[in-house]
Amino acid sequence: MSGEEFVPLSLTPMLIGVLAAVACALPGNFLVLRKQALIGDAISHVVLPGIVVAFLITGVVAAAPMMLGAAGAALVSVVMIEAIRRLGNIEPGAAMGLTFTTLFAAGVLLLEQSDTSSVHLDVEHALYGNLESLIWLDAIGWESLLDPVALAGLPPELGRVVIALLGVCAFLWLFWRPLVLSTFDESFAQAMGIATNRVGVALVMVAALAAVAAFDAVGSIIVIAMFICPPAAARLMTNRLEHQVGWSVVFAVLSAVFGYVFAGYGPLWLGFDNAVSAAGMIATVSGIILAIAACFAPHRHRSGAPAV
Amino acid sequence: MSLEVAANMGATPKAEIPADSPMVIRGMTVSYGQKPVVFSVDMTVAEGSMTAIIGPNGAGKSTLLKAALGIVQPLAGQALVFGKPLQSARHRIAYVPQRASVDWDFPTRVIDVVLMGLYRELGLLRRIRPHHIEKARACLERVGMTDFADRQIGQLSGGQQQRVFLARALAQEADLYLLDEPFAGVDAATEKAIIDVLKSLRSEGKTVVAVHHDLTTVRSYFDRVFLINTRKMAEGTVDDAFTSENLNQTYGGRLATGQIDQLELAAG
Amino acid sequence: MFWNALTLQLGYNATLVTIGATLLGIAAGVTGTFLYLRKRALVSDAISHATLPGVGIAFMLMVLLGGDGRALPGLLLGAAVSSWVGLLCVSWLTQRTRLSEDAAIGAVLSVFFGFGIVLLTVIQTMGAGRAAGLESFLLGATAGMLFNDALVIAGGGALTLVAVLILRRPMTLLAFDPEYAAARGINVGRMDLAIMALALAVTVIGLKIVGLILIVAMLIIPPVTARFWTERTDHMVMITGLCGGLAAWIGAGLSAVAPAMPTGPIIVLVSFGLFVASLLLAPNRGVLAVYLRHVRFQRRVHLRQGLLALAQGQPIYEAYTVRLLKQAGLAHADGVPTEAGRARAAKALRDEKRWELVRADQAFESAAALYDGLRDIETVLTGDQISEIDQRIGGPQGVAS
Repeated sequence: MSGEEFVPLSLTPMLIGVLAAVACALPGNFLVLRKQALIGDAISHVVLPGIVVAFLITGVVAAAPMMLGAAGAALVSVVMIEAIRRLGNIEPGAAMGLTFTTLFAAGVLLLEQSDTSSVHLDVEHALYGNLESLIWLDAIGWESLLDPVALAGLPPELGRVVIALLGVCAFLWLFWRPLVLSTFDESFAQAMGIATNRVGVALVMVAALAAVAAFDAVGSIIVIAMFICPPAAARLMTNRLEHQVGWSVVFAVLSAVFGYVFAGYGPLWLGFDNAVSAAGMIATVSGIILAIAACFAPHRHRSGAPAV
Repeated sequence: MSLEVAANMGATPKAEIPADSPMVIRGMTVSYGQKPVVFSVDMTVAEGSMTAIIGPNGAGKSTLLKAALGIVQPLAGQALVFGKPLQSARHRIAYVPQRASVDWDFPTRVIDVVLMGLYRELGLLRRIRPHHIEKARACLERVGMTDFADRQIGQLSGGQQQRVFLARALAQEADLYLLDEPFAGVDAATEKAIIDVLKSLRSEGKTVVAVHHDLTTVRSYFDRVFLINTRKMAEGTVDDAFTSENLNQTYGGRLATGQIDQLELAAG
Repeated sequence: MFWNALTLQLGYNATLVTIGATLLGIAAGVTGTFLYLRKRALVSDAISHATLPGVGIAFMLMVLLGGDGRALPGLLLGAAVSSWVGLLCVSWLTQRTRLSEDAAIGAVLSVFFGFGIVLLTVIQTMGAGRAAGLESFLLGATAGMLFNDALVIAGGGALTLVAVLILRRPMTLLAFDPEYAAARGINVGRMDLAIMALALAVTVIGLKIVGLILIVAMLIIPPVTARFWTERTDHMVMITGLCGGLAAWIGAGLSAVAPAMPTGPIIVLVSFGLFVASLLLAPNRGVLAVYLRHVRFQRRVHLRQGLLALAQGQPIYEAYTVRLLKQAGLAHADGVPTEAGRARAAKALRDEKRWELVRADQAFESAAALYDGLRDIETVLTGDQISEIDQRIGGPQGVAS
């Protein structure tokens, strides 16, 4: 394929998909190790009520208020899950399920009740985004990458995903040790003076940041898949955390690239005219990678002595 | 009320508490729900001693340690470490949690676990230098685990896991070592290795407190005991406090008489 | 209008949907109880999301075979098959690999859902308009439903409920104590499978009413609500059925009156309302009750510790203890006991000594088990027993009770 076609139509969506996938997979490693994988599920569901409320307050469909709304909703859901879990003495899974379904229901109801017919805001969009539409119209070929005028026309989602990814990386770099320590051995970490509760909340908030930025670009379904599938597959590849994180990035990139390519060109190869949902395809590819890892990866079985 | 009764209950008047004792616990009460697990417990750990915390299952042994370390929130009471509040003396404590409290399937190596003991020294971002690795290896050497440094922790046996935990505590280079059931479910060789390390710590002037459940080894391993069954039942040197009378009180008759006879107890 | 809806006077479709939803709510609640007690509440999330590819494939198959792609029984069959496959994947991943159940659930639900979305976009290209309505499986839609569809839902809801009622006894036994259930000859593996199958049936039938994302709520929220009201499994099953049925009935009624109010979200929010009320107000486990109990308990602990310290002439370190003693007129602000305080302290210390003997003596084993540091000894021993213990203690007799 030529640069004239690829750069404007495929480069930016693919890049955004890759960056969003990596931004979610990185904190996902810790969510999976802490057996909190479904927090990712909960966060991605509550993004919808967040943006609906933001729209109702501001009356416009603009990125900044919506991302704030989504982040706020993620925070509310985390607080709600903790409150229900502790106050009601309810197991975390049930508290999570209760929280995110309720918030999601509230979001759908608000959406139906308010007049959003004039704006582009609907549940389907929230669920599977529209990666294909994030094209770079100002680009005419590879040379546009060096053209400041064309660069100014990059889709704004790209910038936001980059910022989210940088935020995630900075958090992991800065708090790597307390994160590892409180994930592996919480009571030892507490005896060391680490505020493990705060570390846990910070991790969830960083995951929410990644989810919100990714959601904005690619919809919430990718978000859950990227939180869980690449880290889960990576866990089966190695027994060292640093390597696991590396593998998860590799798997996230592979899922995004192949998912996007299959969605855009797969149907053409099979003789159909139209492309299929890129977000859905990326999730599907990540699942295929996990399935392959579960069947063949070197460290797929539990090892060693039982805990007691 | 006679003072003699008060003395029997092990009450410790304030004047006797040495200001720089490694650990003083005062009026500690912890409850899970409506049931106190630890009730109004005072404890004074003597410097340079090896103390066993003894009591039946569910008597609050581990909970007392965790409350002293701030891991569980007490309903009342406080702990002083070397005469200071816990926050400003954490660096002088090394803690060995129960082996079962951890997911041993975690993707990490033995040496990495020992390096966790250097967290206070390394902080958030300081790089791990060769001398840190050297120190970690030296700690592994003391517990006889040098050959396992690069093993995945999931491949260790129970006894080896416990030794790694002890090596991590050694890396902390603390003055007070708190161990929660260090001998639970370990093999005889590990038990010997651990007690040797603990005794060598004592000879260096460090203080050791361990939750312990095997009454037959108390006399040969420890020099002081602390008997607890929700309340403090007795505290003192093995000769003074490890008596059949105190054990009967602590275990509430749950200990068979034959068992007690085998324990080379001090005359009650 | 709303009353008409609740009393089923709004035409065939609305009536059928309301009846179906209510039956489904009861069945979902009861099934959810067992999921909750087996600590597998979120498996339902995997079940529901995994229905989507089945719906898509069933639609395509029916179109390819020349039928109407939107025939509800066919779509529901497809949904059931694919979510069964999803369940198998979850259990395969947890048993055969080192992944934990939460990761397996998350992976299956997101991948199946993503694949389902891919299929939906494929269907859109198969011909405009024919796919219309499939999106309603995401969020549910009862408005404009065909009479036959409503019949399927009402019938399915009724059948599921009957199945739940038939199996409730072995399932209760299993949830309460798996080992005992196994000893009684119940095949635990097969019964777990039956619970999953029922959850799956509830999900599939609920798809059209509440949609696949919110059906999870019908399985999770009622059991959590019921848990506040009872400690008994059999009662819990009934309360859950009641909560689930009530929420579905009110929800379906409301949305029959106001078409802008989609059925699923309303049902979920009504259900959540019941939950919040229970969380706050339930008599034993409710937040209010627990908080009041905790405050009272902490007072008792501090008072008792304060009295013991007074009796032994120890200083009291905590300001809160001193304050409580002062309020009760037992001590002055500087921690020096009053006359009353001295008497109470002596009594506390004597009780403590009595307890000590009780706990050391095997004859009192059952009484000793009740020791919690706070309980008055008079509440567990008779006067004779107490004086017998006092004999043994020696020292001054007859300390005032």
